Amino acid sequence: MHEMSLAEGVLQILQDQGQAQNFSQVKTVWLELGELSHVDPDAIRFCFDAVTQDSIAQGAKLEIIRTPGAAWCHDCSKTVAVSSLIDPCPECAGYKLQVTGGDDMRVHELEVE
Amino acid sequence: MCTVCGCTDGGAKVEGEHTHDHGHSHDHEHDHDHDHDHSHPHTDKKGDLHFGQGIGGVHVPGLSPSRIVQIEQDILGKNDHLAQHNRDRFLGLGILALNLVSSPGSGKTTLLTRTASDLAKSMPIAVIEGDQQTALDADRIRATGVQAIQVNTGKGCHLDADMVRRAMDALDPEQNTLLFIENVGNLVCPAAFDLGEAAKVAILSVTEGEDKPLKYPDMFKAATLMIINKSDLLPYVPFDVAVCIENARRVNPDIEVLQVSALSGDGLDAWYAWIADWQLKAQDADK
Repeated sequence: MHEMSLAEGVLQILQDQGQAQNFSQVKTVWLELGELSHVDPDAIRFCFDAVTQDSIAQGAKLEIIRTPGAAWCHDCSKTVAVSSLIDPCPECAGYKLQVTGGDDMRVHELEVE
Repeated sequence: MCTVCGCTDGGAKVEGEHTHDHGHSHDHEHDHDHDHDHSHPHTDKKGDLHFGQGIGGVHVPGLSPSRIVQIEQDILGKNDHLAQHNRDRFLGLGILALNLVSSPGSGKTTLLTRTASDLAKSMPIAVIEGDQQTALDADRIRATGVQAIQVNTGKGCHLDADMVRRAMDALDPEQNTLLFIENVGNLVCPAAFDLGEAAKVAILSVTEGEDKPLKYPDMFKAATLMIINKSDLLPYVPFDVAVCIENARRVNPDIEVLQVSALSGDGLDAWYAWIADWQLKAQDADK
């Protein structure tokens, strides 16, 4: 359940930013979670609600933006869309793929007051 | 509070660190096992209303004074930052740090004790042992005469960079040490956490099934080397080595593969040669 650690990481960012940017309440968090990232969106929702109790982000809405997975196919010499790490290249069905996008886990922006 | 470990900092214990444990429990105090080094800003206690703090510093009647703040920060940013510090420290000391990851029961500790006893004659070795509880594994390593420190993660499911930093402080290894970090037996969570290691080594035993790289692709994607262990059992289990390697290369075309038996010693020479190769790289990088 490493999503709990990740949710703690999100909360830490919110708290640090609250001090740096002078806000006391987070209303909405937009989280970018790539399709190929190490995280399950449902699990992180559950953990986010748990770790934000009695914090600057208590009751905050969590909006998850799924960024699409992308990989460079060495055989096709082009970027192709993939939605999991075990997908083959959709063009040549090969596996010589290097992930180039959609593996991000990032706090994108916040609605605060 | 530990920002990267879900169990909170107090859950992780590094052997030898000063603690406030007593022989009896205090259920009336010490119930906060984490520090709040930050403040919790709350709404204005005086009840004052602050308008004009909306987007653009204006107040729009009928709208709440909320604003949008651009953040763009990686959730693992803090762990990655600490991992980079560990990496710099390893580099400065010519230390090759290998992060050993696997399911529980793959024979990780057996491989490690065997490796430690075989190589300890020719180089300084140190081990950081990660488990949820007990110092059993560190005890097994120490029985070989090699320096080891146990990190208990409490409820945590993985080691993080800060735990390794603290373990390094306690170990204080000498120049050119070969450092093994045995992660918590778990093929999911440790994949996401950089500890500053030179490489992740995934250990898979032939009793586990050749489809594991497909079931747990994150880990095999993150690993540089896959060690297929317990090869002495191959005659007795329906494990297809070629299919296993093919599966691993589906998720990670560059993954290197070695086949060993930590019990019989079969294939260990290739493992030691792999280590020697990486050690040269680690020590050259230092120059």
